[in-house]
Parts: sequence; C-alpha cells; structure tokens
Amino acid sequence: MLYSDKVMDHFANPRNVGEIPDADGVGEVGNAKCGDIMKMYIKVDGDTITDCKFKTFGCGAAVATSSIATEMIKGKSIDNALSLTNKAVVEALEGLPPQKIHCSVLAEQAVRSALTDYYKRKGVDPEPILGKQSEHCDLHDLPTDE
Amino acid sequence: MEKRYIYADNAATTAVSENVLNTMMPFLTTQYGNPSSIYKLGRDAQKVVEEAREKAAAALGCNPSEIFFTSCGTESDNWAIRATAERLAAKGKNHIITTAFEHHAVLHTCAYLEKHGFTVTYLPVGENGVITSEQVAEAITDKTALVTIMYANNEIGTIQPIPEIGKLCHEKGILFHTDAVQAVGHVPINVAEQNIDMLSLSGHKIHAQKGIGLLYVKKGIPMPNLIFGGGQERGKRPGTENVPAIAGLGTAITDACANIVEKDERITKIRNKIIDGILTIEGTRLNGDREKRLPSNINISFLGVEGEALLLLLDSKGICASSGSACTSGSLDPSHVLLSLGLPHEVAHGSLRLSLGEDITDEDADYIIEAVKEVVVRLRNMSPLWEDITNGKEHTKKLLPFVSEITSAK
Repeated sequence: MLYSDKVMDHFANPRNVGEIPDADGVGEVGNAKCGDIMKMYIKVDGDTITDCKFKTFGCGAAVATSSIATEMIKGKSIDNALSLTNKAVVEALEGLPPQKIHCSVLAEQAVRSALTDYYKRKGVDPEPILGKQSEHCDLHDLPTDE
Repeated sequence: MEKRYIYADNAATTAVSENVLNTMMPFLTTQYGNPSSIYKLGRDAQKVVEEAREKAAAALGCNPSEIFFTSCGTESDNWAIRATAERLAAKGKNHIITTAFEHHAVLHTCAYLEKHGFTVTYLPVGENGVITSEQVAEAITDKTALVTIMYANNEIGTIQPIPEIGKLCHEKGILFHTDAVQAVGHVPINVAEQNIDMLSLSGHKIHAQKGIGLLYVKKGIPMPNLIFGGGQERGKRPGTENVPAIAGLGTAITDACANIVEKDERITKIRNKIIDGILTIEGTRLNGDREKRLPSNINISFLGVEGEALLLLLDSKGICASSGSACTSGSLDPSHVLLSLGLPHEVAHGSLRLSLGEDITDEDADYIIEAVKEVVVRLRNMSPLWEDITNGKEHTKKLLPFVSEITSAK
C-alpha cells in the first residue's frame, strides 16, 4: 500500500492537533471497535471558523485526513465548511489507497459533526442544514473504486 | 539517540544470507542445467537438488526420500491437507481438526474442504495462545482423517505441544500435519521423535529466497498429486525443479538448525529485555504465553493507539515491524489470531509484532524500547480514545482488564 507524500507529510507532521477548551462546537465520529475515532473542535466568530483543532485515534490516513480537513476549514466561512466533501479531502491529499477512502468520509463527517454541535449550542435545529449523521462502521463497506 | 536501522519483521520474511547466495550463484549463472537432462550440466543440477534434500532430511531427522520440494509454505499446507482429506474421504473419514489461529494457508484450505462435504473442528485457543493435547483428544471422532496444528504461531509466536499431539494422533491412528514455517530454525525439530507425519516449511523465513518450500511426508503415506505433469519429485510434485532456490534452501536449513540452543538463549535474553522495557508503558499487554514462545517473537498491544500509525512512526525511526490491526490486514476486522485469544477489537487494533533476527544486539533493544515509548506517547497524546480512557469514561472500562494498570488515569 502506497501513501502519497502529502498523506505522509500530514501524518508525520499533523496540523492543528489538540483541543480548544472554549470551543463553539465539538464533534466526534467513528468508534474504537472499528479502529478510528476523530474528534474535531471549532471556534466560530460570526460566519467564520476562526480556529479548528483535532484529535484522532486511527491509522495514517485517518490522521492525515483529519489534519488536512482542519486546514481546509480554518479561516473559512461556515458555508465553505458545510460544502467540504470527502472527495475534496482525497484530492487535497493527492489521493488515498482505495481501502482508506472511508477515512476521508470520516473527516467530512467530523467537520459536519462539529458544525451540528455548533448549531445545537446556538439553539438552531441542525437537521435542515446538515441532515442526519450516518453510522460509522458502514463506511468500511463503501465501494472502494471511488 | 542516534538513528538505527533495525529489521524486526523476520516472521514476515528474512534477508537471503551470504552463505545461501553463494550456494545459489553457480546455478543462477553457469550451472543452469535441467536436472532431468542426461549430460553433465543436467547431472550436476540433479546432484545439487539431491544434496539439498539430504541436508533438509538431516536437519529434520528424516530420510531424504521423505522430502518434497514445493514453491512455498502455502503450497505445502494445501497439498498436505487436501491430499490427505481427499484420499481419506473415500474411506468415510471426513473430519479435520485444526485451530482457530492457523495461518490462512490452512484455514482457507479447510474452508474449501467444508464446502466439499468435510466437517472441520477449529479448536479454540486459550488466552495464552497455546492449545492442549486434551483439547485435541476431545475433538477426535471415528471420522477424523487429519489433525493439522501449527508448530508456532506467526503473530504471537506461541509454541504448541506438537510432540504430545503427535503421540495422541498416532495412538488413535490419525495422521498429523504441522505447519512449521515459523518454528524451523527456532525450535529443535525431529519429525520421528516428535511424532510428525507431515511438516510444511518455507525457505524465505530462514534466509533462503522467496518461492521455495518443502513438505515432509512420512514414508508409506500415499500422497495424491495437487498438480500433474512430469516425473519431478518422484512424480508427486511435477514442474522443473527450481534448482538455485532448492540449493539455497539446503544451505539455509543447515545454517538455521545449527546451534539452535545457543542462538535461542542469546535472542531470548534480548527479547525479554525488550518485552520488559516496553511493558513498563502503562495500558499494555503481552499477547501470547511468555514462556512457550519463539525466542524471536514479541507481540504487545497498546491501548488507545492504532497499529498502522504505530508502524509508520516506527518506520520513520528506522524500525521495520508489523501489526494485527484491521488497517494493516486490509480488512474490516483486526487479526483473527488476536481475536482468537479473546481480545476485544480495540485491543487488537493497537498491536505491535516485533520478530527479531539473529543479528539483534543489546543496543538495538535499547533503541527499540526508547522508540516505542516515544511513539506511543505521541500517538496517545492525540488519541481521543486514550483521552476517554484516562478520564475513566464508561465505554472504555470494559477494555481495562486486558491491559496493565493505567497510572495516569484521572
């Protein structure tokens, strides 16, 4: 299995690792049984995500996708973060091995989970904006030819 | 600490030794004859094949006529199990006994036979990774054709009571096969004394090249062919002999089985030092019995850490190792070996296997211990699972009995 240089870079030198104690939204996806958990913290000012940090339990791809996802939403608008897709994460990492695509889906879901929490804290129903979150373990069964 | 390069994945494969390469070289260059040819070039090739057979027989304690060269350990396993099963099915024997933590070469062959009318008993493995001859005795029926149990496990290195199981099988008139791919060169083997009817061996685990193995079959046991063709290997395993690889295998077996006791003693000391050093990390466990274990094998789980990430960081420190996590197995589930010990998925995902080579030094051991400590701390610092564990979250409590005390728990 071959990881791109970009994946290896984000795994070896992950960006934005840690916690935000006074975060405006915290999302956690995945589970330990499946072997990966991502926890994402966001700080929001107006419509802008001013800070974003993560903690991940998982493989090289799980760390790399969460790292790059934080870079892709930090300093950007909420709308921008809402439109983040797993495909964009894969492209930004210059590709992922087929069996690791689910890690990119997990990263997308971690962002959406943090935003869901943000809306809930603001008293806004997140479902019309974000829809329902799906179960993680199903992600492993995604078609791998994406 | 100055960076080192340590290959600690010898259970995966080994480097071809200089001695082996020197044996092979003439047969890769000037001595390229086909052993079936009548002229001297051919006769020389045949001679080296027979010499290798004698070396293998001497190392295993059998007659050269009982050695058949194959392409690998997997082929040997397939042949031993399928040939015996299909032959004895004709006599109404359609039951096979094996264990839950065999190599896939055995498990998938058994699964194939199950689809063709066989019943297979997969003996459960105790928490220590060692099965007992009593378990085998209880599983035997009047339909049992074959017992196939690995000599030493490839992931956790546990050594099975092969002589006792063989004795039991012989008392009951049942054939006994063992996959000894991981054991040869680490455990003294004598097929006659240890009651073994068939034994699989692989070259590349003992410093021969990849793509060569052998099957020992005790004289008198009929072996239907797996493949058909010419008269090589007495017509039992046709195909032009892989002369250089066979020559190399002969040398490799001789070298691997020389001075096993002294070699084991030295490596066991270093292995124990590494185990003790790594187990000072909180939230860890040694997988598999500590004593009934290959001198070269270390398998440790780290709670809150995922195996592939561990391997990548160790690689960046020059250490080659392996893991039983799902991510490294390429499937949804972590290693069937670790699960067979009764470990939860979460603990199996965080496993690390180090399989030491003969050249391992005390300094290497210090380096490995320090590197593992550093890498585990780094991964735990960014692990939300470790955070939940140290915060005593309810969902993590079921994992705690499997590992050493977590002293940093809040």
